[in-house]
Amino acid sequence: MKLTKDQIKHVAKLANLPLSLKEENKYFDQLSKILGYVEQLSQINTLEVEPTFNTSGQSNVMREDKITTSLSQEEALFNAPQKKYSRSACFDSVKRAGEVGMFATKGAFEEKT
Amino acid sequence: MDKNTITKLTLIQTIKALENKKFSEEELNKAYLERAAKINPKLNAIIISKKNYCGIPAAIKDVISTKGIRTTAGSKILSNFIPPYNATVVNKLIDQGVSIIGKTNCDEFAMGGSGENSSFGSTKNPWNLNKVPGGSSSGSAAAVAADLCVFALGSDTGGSIRQPASLCSVVGLKPTYGRVSRYGLIPMASSLDSIGPMTKSVEDAALVLGWISGSDSYDANCSSADFLLQPCKLQTGIKGLKVGIPKEYFEKGLDPKVKSVIKEAIQKLEELGAEIIEISLPHSKYALAIYYIIVSSEISSNMARYDGIRYGLSRQDLGQEVKRRIMLGTFALSSGYWDDYYAQAAKARTLIKQDFDKAFKQVDVIAGPVSPTTAWNLGEKIDDPLKMYLSDIYTISANLAGIPGLSVPCGFSENLPVGLQILGKQWDEETILRVGYAYEQSTNWHREKPKI
Repeated sequence: MKLTKDQIKHVAKLANLPLSLKEENKYFDQLSKILGYVEQLSQINTLEVEPTFNTSGQSNVMREDKITTSLSQEEALFNAPQKKYSRSACFDSVKRAGEVGMFATKGAFEEKT
Repeated sequence: MDKNTITKLTLIQTIKALENKKFSEEELNKAYLERAAKINPKLNAIIISKKNYCGIPAAIKDVISTKGIRTTAGSKILSNFIPPYNATVVNKLIDQGVSIIGKTNCDEFAMGGSGENSSFGSTKNPWNLNKVPGGSSSGSAAAVAADLCVFALGSDTGGSIRQPASLCSVVGLKPTYGRVSRYGLIPMASSLDSIGPMTKSVEDAALVLGWISGSDSYDANCSSADFLLQPCKLQTGIKGLKVGIPKEYFEKGLDPKVKSVIKEAIQKLEELGAEIIEISLPHSKYALAIYYIIVSSEISSNMARYDGIRYGLSRQDLGQEVKRRIMLGTFALSSGYWDDYYAQAAKARTLIKQDFDKAFKQVDVIAGPVSPTTAWNLGEKIDDPLKMYLSDIYTISANLAGIPGLSVPCGFSENLPVGLQILGKQWDEETILRVGYAYEQSTNWHREKPKI
């Protein structure tokens, strides 16, 4: 199968992977070569063969619905690269006494001005 | 006992020596810490070290979470990540009196077969510092080979325990998929990942597997059956045992010098009373193509969850191999290509599994090479991903089928180690360990140590 440069761009967008132009060109070459190799999959007769997704043989594994201790807010936030704090409605990155904070992330929606 | 003797001991010997008060836990830890301080700078096997004065010092591959100890997965994006919890295997080891002497270097997110994809520099092969140690459990293999720890844990998704074990002359055991909890293992491909021991002897591997196996309510795939192997069972010998030799594993691609070492090892098994039977695993030639579609698809799905919000740097800072696999997997799962790539590979995976099912009706274990070559030069394959992938050709099938596999030191070719691979039936680690033990006890390869 022959890849196109547009496909590389499309796949990078699907994967939420920002690529430089140099990377785009490199992956275009390398992925074309790898896809050329995996082309042989089409030679295998898989009519009437069921797919294998898991080999452990386990299914519907349940455990008791019991509350156990979980991470504290401090522990969960410990590694966060950006945190926000709020006492009132406005969020900022200044920590006030007694505040643990929350994860900060880019907003999904932006307000129209 | 002098320090150089202490660090040469196997896990079983160390436990016995501690029981007999030949040395204290403090002396044991000091001996390893001193050796690691001297040797590790040459190897770059341990990337985060920890000082302890009690416990049995073990090294843990850095894809396995350790509470309060930096866990990077060999990646720049996790270079400051400190897990707030232990992986289940780490808790189980601590319960047995094990202490962590260090986190070992590995290919970024365990993606690679040479150790060169680590953001923290390559690990060097203790047998020749210009060669790769194999991967992705590169640091664990090198650390055990160079006596920087009593034993180590690795993870194996396509050969990442067995292949570096083979290239560094240590014992590496990939258990049956589902034998050991993956909770706390930074995931690569969730239907293939297995955690397992890398040790100085086969008996050690059996003991460590016993320690880390068993049920875990945090991993629904994990079997509730504890693995327990009595030493007397390990020592029963292999008289009359049927050993299958897959003809596909000895065709072109296998280095003739490695081939002759493996043939000799098989002859040894025959001398020990095993019956050698040629078998066929007809779909072997497709295994690599199947594996790379499945592994990349699962990687793209797992890595899609990485957002850099809760921990770590942004996705942009991922390394080249990780990005390459995310791209390939995203493509294989994308609309219009899913049927031809992912679905077709998942069906073909069934055929690989059926090859083994059929073979194991005829034989008890399967033996062959781990790696088609010995350790290659650092930098040699880094720009040719397909060539690099081909070094996993004999190990990936076991992951696709979910069966256990063992690598045992079986000699040298031009002063570089060669490993014998023994594959077993699902859940039957016992028999492959028995074969490995019988072979090891009748040869001296495991006693050879690199001069560093």
